[in-house]
Amino acid sequence: MNRISPSKPVVWTGYNFAYLDEQTKRMVRRALLKALAIPGYQVAFGGREMPLAYGWGTGAIQVTASIIGPRDRLKVIDQGSDDATNAASIRRFFRSVTGVETTASALDATIVQTRHRIPETPLRENQVLVYQVPSPEPLRKIEPRESETRKMHAYAEYGPMLLTLYEDIARYGRVASAYNCPVIVNERYLASPSPIPKFDNPKLSHSPAIQLFGAGREKRIYAIPPYTSVRSLDFEDFPFEPSRPDGRCSLCGSETSYLEEVIMDDVGGRMFVCSDTDYCRRRREGKGEGPVRAARAKA
Amino acid sequence: MDAISNSASRTALLEASGVSKSYGARIGCIDVSVTVGAGEVLGVVGESGSGKSTLMKCLSGQIVPDKGAVIYRGNDRKPVDVFSLSEMERRRLRRTDWGFVHQNPLDGLHINVSAGGNVGEALMSRGVRNYGSIRASAQDWLERLEIDPSRVDDRARSFSGGMLQRLQVARNLVAAPRLVFMDEPTGGLDASVQARLLDVLRTLVRELAVAVIIVTHDLAVVRLLADRLIVMHRGRVIEEGLTDQVLDDPHEPYTQLLVSSVLQI
Amino acid sequence: MSVQLHAEGLSKTFTLHTQGGARLPVFENIGLTVHAGECVCLDGPSGSGKSTLLRSLYANYKPQAGAVHIRHDGEMIDMVVAPPWKIVEIRRRTIGYVSQFLRVIPRISTLNIVVEPAVANGRKIDDAYASARRLLERLDIPERLWSLAPATFSGGEQQRVNIARGFVFDYPILLLDEPTASLDAGNKKTVVSLIAAAKARGAAIVGIFHDAEMREAVGDRIVEMNFSAGRIAATRATIRNDVALSRRSAPTC
Repeated sequence: MNRISPSKPVVWTGYNFAYLDEQTKRMVRRALLKALAIPGYQVAFGGREMPLAYGWGTGAIQVTASIIGPRDRLKVIDQGSDDATNAASIRRFFRSVTGVETTASALDATIVQTRHRIPETPLRENQVLVYQVPSPEPLRKIEPRESETRKMHAYAEYGPMLLTLYEDIARYGRVASAYNCPVIVNERYLASPSPIPKFDNPKLSHSPAIQLFGAGREKRIYAIPPYTSVRSLDFEDFPFEPSRPDGRCSLCGSETSYLEEVIMDDVGGRMFVCSDTDYCRRRREGKGEGPVRAARAKA
Repeated sequence: MDAISNSASRTALLEASGVSKSYGARIGCIDVSVTVGAGEVLGVVGESGSGKSTLMKCLSGQIVPDKGAVIYRGNDRKPVDVFSLSEMERRRLRRTDWGFVHQNPLDGLHINVSAGGNVGEALMSRGVRNYGSIRASAQDWLERLEIDPSRVDDRARSFSGGMLQRLQVARNLVAAPRLVFMDEPTGGLDASVQARLLDVLRTLVRELAVAVIIVTHDLAVVRLLADRLIVMHRGRVIEEGLTDQVLDDPHEPYTQLLVSSVLQI
Repeated sequence: MSVQLHAEGLSKTFTLHTQGGARLPVFENIGLTVHAGECVCLDGPSGSGKSTLLRSLYANYKPQAGAVHIRHDGEMIDMVVAPPWKIVEIRRRTIGYVSQFLRVIPRISTLNIVVEPAVANGRKIDDAYASARRLLERLDIPERLWSLAPATFSGGEQQRVNIARGFVFDYPILLLDEPTASLDAGNKKTVVSLIAAAKARGAAIVGIFHDAEMREAVGDRIVEMNFSAGRIAATRATIRNDVALSRRSAPTC
């Protein structure tokens, strides 16, 4: 399997399992249970200082630390990639403070901590997806007062949220924001999907996996329980469209995965490859979904 | 054309009785009773600190008075005490039945949002989810307020002060409110810009038969817009009546001072 | 003919609080009755309270005592105590008031100022505008001015716009406050014929005219007001009328 943890992990001594003390974990778990009970509702929690800066996933790390057990297998991705700095350092952190196995495979992982993507590989029951959320309040753009946004949530006053979509269409003729498109969870609470591309928005809905969202700076946790409806905001005459750049992955030939642009040189050379590195590799190794060889041949 | 041509003002739309509000030792308003009929324009005049704004905030449910009641009769609805409503119901009322025009248009507008978005937000708040129809209504209302409808996609920040104020009015009237609160709507505008706004307001208010409570210290504004006036002084209503009665034949010393202090041109 | 306007026991005193509480009694306990088809002229020296009385009849001024009964929809209604919305309605449908000065509304065209009372009373738009045009023509306002706001018009022109506005709708009661003050002979004649036509259709008219000629031309009765007495001193019938003179403080004219 594609273990990124090579030999035996070096577990740091002197730390509690998963860094946080047990009381803190219990506090976070209580917040998680409440968040699962009220899908999409932002639960305040007593966020702790973590050994890395806000904006690097402190919220999600506390969520992961509170739910991880010795038999879990952890995958961490940043924009779909297991090798990005943020993902690699978080993975190393958890290996050091828990000794759990880490993996790059979305199939093997029991917990996937992610920044800005949902894996291409469909998740299943008994998996938990933990999102790093930079700004949990989708209403903040239109209402700066926390006291007011809380009331807007309480009374489901979400009409003004359409304003951001309206502005996009007025300016660009379509909903131009390609990521962080707000959703209504369980037909009740408006939530930020964290800045995942809107390509991933449909995967939020009715997912068999548990989806947890942690925001460290704002100290908020929210959740989408398994098999919960998640609807992206839209207009009747401009229905939601999960967009994807045209083209195919230069490596595995996928025509359905979310692509990112890679600059090859300084004379304009570039290529498009799957943003989900695990998915791409498995396809190239012939283990993935779809006939890689055929696709390659066509290319 | 005429405000009360429907003579609907026989039925009170908003009825306040014995409203008092003080801020510690400082008095906001004392024992104010006032009625606004459907389609009627009520002017509230008085100097700064006379309690106009406090009264306005009490009437519109923004602050809870120490004493007194504010009864509102909505469309086909039973009279409701604004302050016995739950906060949710009160907010819904403010969103669906009422409008608010602030003195500073920036308090009532999103400066980085397009004119169409500013006007259309009121419709979105009421559940309209069709971009095309929202934009069309916004353009229609820009035109009615004498703003070039081709500017519908321009951001509010590119508009002049007078246009911003008209934009704010459009935003408040687009969703057909029954009662609009206006706080010194012509406050920061120069005279010619003010005249245009007043004229547009006057026409629209009569056309739509919307009731308005307008707080101002400018007597020319109420002369033009208001059917009826109340004069406030030190927190109390000291004189009230038809606008021309109060301005042409003021009885109270303070009202006489107010009227005689207006500069003639 | 039926009584259209009946004022009784009217008293009006101005108290000028800004000038040391000076009291200016204007009239006390006076009465006035006007029948349909009749024009009563108020006469008296400047400051004798003619305008004050007229404004009190219109509920523009609030008398301290007395009543002003107005026939409105077949009912007699007291303007002094009527609720504001009722007064607005009476002013719209029953009493027309033509003052000496036009209150100009910025940016509203002359034609629209004139037509407004007719439209407000539900006349068909085309008919209303036709009447408004006819009146402006008769009152010698050149057509090129009709689309302009009258703010820059001369005093005489503004006055004629005001008159047109007062006559565009057939008010059952008309109150005229020096409508002809600065008009030339030709326009005065037009106003005389407008008033005559109004009387003929049964309007009850109370007017103040500064010149005797006008009073003679339109008045059926003349009511003399005398400031020093603070009351209506006398009423006398004009040459063309035989209404009895009555003296004393509370004449029922």
